[in-house]
Amino acid sequence: MTSPIPGGVTERYRTDVPARRRRGRIMQGVFLISMVVALGALAALGYTVFKETFGLVAIEDTLEPGELSVSPLEKISHDELVAILQSHVSPAVFRRLDGERPFAERSRQDVYDIVIDRVVEPEVVGSWPLNEALFQRSAIETETAHDHPQARLQWKSWVGAEFLARPMSSDPARAGVRTALLGSLWMIAITLVVAFPLGVASAIYLEEYATRSRMSRLIQTNIDNLAGVPSIIYGMLGLAVFVRVLGPLTSGAAFGITDTNGRTVLSAGLTMALLILPVIIINAQEAIRAVPSSLLEAAYGLGATKWQTVWGHVLPYALPGILTGTILAMSRAIGETAPLIVVGASTYIVADPSGPFSKFTALPIQIYNWTSRPQDLFRDIAAAAIVVLLATLLSINAAAILLRDRFSRRVQ
Amino acid sequence: MENTAAAHAPSLDAGGPAPLPMVLRRRLRIGEGIIQTFLFFAGALSIVTTIGIVFVLGSESLLFFRDPRVGLVEFLTGTRWQPTILEFGILPLTSSTLITSTIALVVSLPLGLGAAIYLSEYASQRARSVLKPILEILAGIPTVVYGYFALTFMTPGLRSIFGAETVQIYNMASGGIVMGIMILPLISSMSEDALNAVPRSLREAAYAVGATRLETALRVVVPAALSGIVAAFIVGMSRALGETMIVLISVGAGPDLTLNPFRGAETITGHIARISGGDLSYNSLDYNSLFALGLVLFLITLTLNFVSRRIVSRLREVYE
Repeated sequence: MTSPIPGGVTERYRTDVPARRRRGRIMQGVFLISMVVALGALAALGYTVFKETFGLVAIEDTLEPGELSVSPLEKISHDELVAILQSHVSPAVFRRLDGERPFAERSRQDVYDIVIDRVVEPEVVGSWPLNEALFQRSAIETETAHDHPQARLQWKSWVGAEFLARPMSSDPARAGVRTALLGSLWMIAITLVVAFPLGVASAIYLEEYATRSRMSRLIQTNIDNLAGVPSIIYGMLGLAVFVRVLGPLTSGAAFGITDTNGRTVLSAGLTMALLILPVIIINAQEAIRAVPSSLLEAAYGLGATKWQTVWGHVLPYALPGILTGTILAMSRAIGETAPLIVVGASTYIVADPSGPFSKFTALPIQIYNWTSRPQDLFRDIAAAAIVVLLATLLSINAAAILLRDRFSRRVQ
Repeated sequence: MENTAAAHAPSLDAGGPAPLPMVLRRRLRIGEGIIQTFLFFAGALSIVTTIGIVFVLGSESLLFFRDPRVGLVEFLTGTRWQPTILEFGILPLTSSTLITSTIALVVSLPLGLGAAIYLSEYASQRARSVLKPILEILAGIPTVVYGYFALTFMTPGLRSIFGAETVQIYNMASGGIVMGIMILPLISSMSEDALNAVPRSLREAAYAVGATRLETALRVVVPAALSGIVAAFIVGMSRALGETMIVLISVGAGPDLTLNPFRGAETITGHIARISGGDLSYNSLDYNSLFALGLVLFLITLTLNFVSRRIVSRLREVYE
């Protein structure tokens, strides 16, 4: 078919045509299928996360509320609740709770929550993903009635306001992502503060200042290469440099903080900054390159210096592109896990990070940690944490689009 | 970049030596100098980063190989990696790294190329504007999420197809397949760029001699874009070799030398992450061995990226 058509054999080619058309249609289907497989993978991923996040749980109370008082717990008064609490928890615990905040000052709802938490102690004894909960409801009911006659079945969404507000816990039903989320935010803030100015400055240098010398070519090649280095290698660099060598600085020991080693949120943020720097530079370079040269010529023509031109004309024009690139890089940093593991994020942290020198955990670390545990319930909260992570990424990207639109309208 | 730089340069000196009023004469601007110095150092930081990586990996590896208990030959050819009994043979780690990456490429290359051909040669403008962002979503999902997907979706799926006795809970196949899904958008977007770079005239020539759309795509456009597709393949390979989270979660935690993709093993990256995540004392042989592994990984991915960029730039020269 590829050979040139010799004269006088057009008949042969004409008979070929239906078969060639058919082959074309079949292969078009094949190409379409590979597209569909890609979309199907995305759908399967979403479905897997979604069905684990929502579902049925069987909850068993350690102590039946009926045994505590004659009338339902929701109805009884503040004082009765305190009395129940006093008679069912150890005196030490009661004193400690009273010490935190005297019971007389606490609201009825607050005391009620404590009674549920400490005395009734609902415990999740079984959990079923959404698909089973919808289609095998009766089998689940039989199984629960058989295994845990005291338990009640109810719908549960693992992700929710409480999940966001609670700190890490070894009990999956009470665990939350608060510390992890705050850790991620601290880390990303440090990363941005370091990487954004350096990245943009580097791009300005390469695009506007560097002559075509061997040095600038070397820097350019080098940046392209750095963008392809596996993230775990950056983790090792961070471990050796920020955690070990610069340990006195990153642990805060040089500033009088003594209780940590170099495995702090500062080390993680700096490591991440190095990781996303090439991405920021490459995107910023593209944005700067897209600035029409007439704009620069006009500025130079009026006698502006190089920096005046860059600051007053190039940067405002290129800003939407630079911001978009930075936000892309930022979403990469939020989802990166491997370098954090190597740099030494802790997996079990209950206290909120209080500053750049605190130990920390991050959202992806928490997902990894929960995923690698064998119990089913941890699978559920890992899915819930994934929902939180993806929602964070989605809102950041939405913010990026809004920002870009706003800036580009103002400039053009 | 070079074009714009060249266009700007003459405009600066274009004023020439025409007589200027005193106030406009060139004068020393200290601020400009300081700013330019800062910009230069920001640009040079990337070089420092590279030197840092090479120095850190190199010096720790040197400590590792200098140790009398370790030999370079044993490191490269040994078939057991058990630091506790001082066995440092990299083969079990490299073999599983290669197996998972190969599976990933076997999955992602045909699918990615198929999707790219569909997008660039068949899809309407509207279909493309819907499909491309969806592929980009796939590219933006964090790898730890893919790891979760491998463990909770792919592994049970493989076990129900091939039987739970053949497929272990932690196995290379499920990690490899999911890694293939992860690099699919990369391969498809790079290949699509290469296909789009093929001049329209080539396609029109093919249509003019009576080729069907498929014949044009497969016999004219794809061969013309082949080097770009090869580059995509190489970048995909380098990404798969360096990927950590998927293999750490789903492939397993024991460096076994096995060729069976349904068995668990441990890749280079998985091993580095697992060991350095635990309590690790600096200056130990374990610690140094991780950097030797990192050096191997770094050199392989660097070479692959370098080769692929050379190919892409050559492609650009051909058509621009």
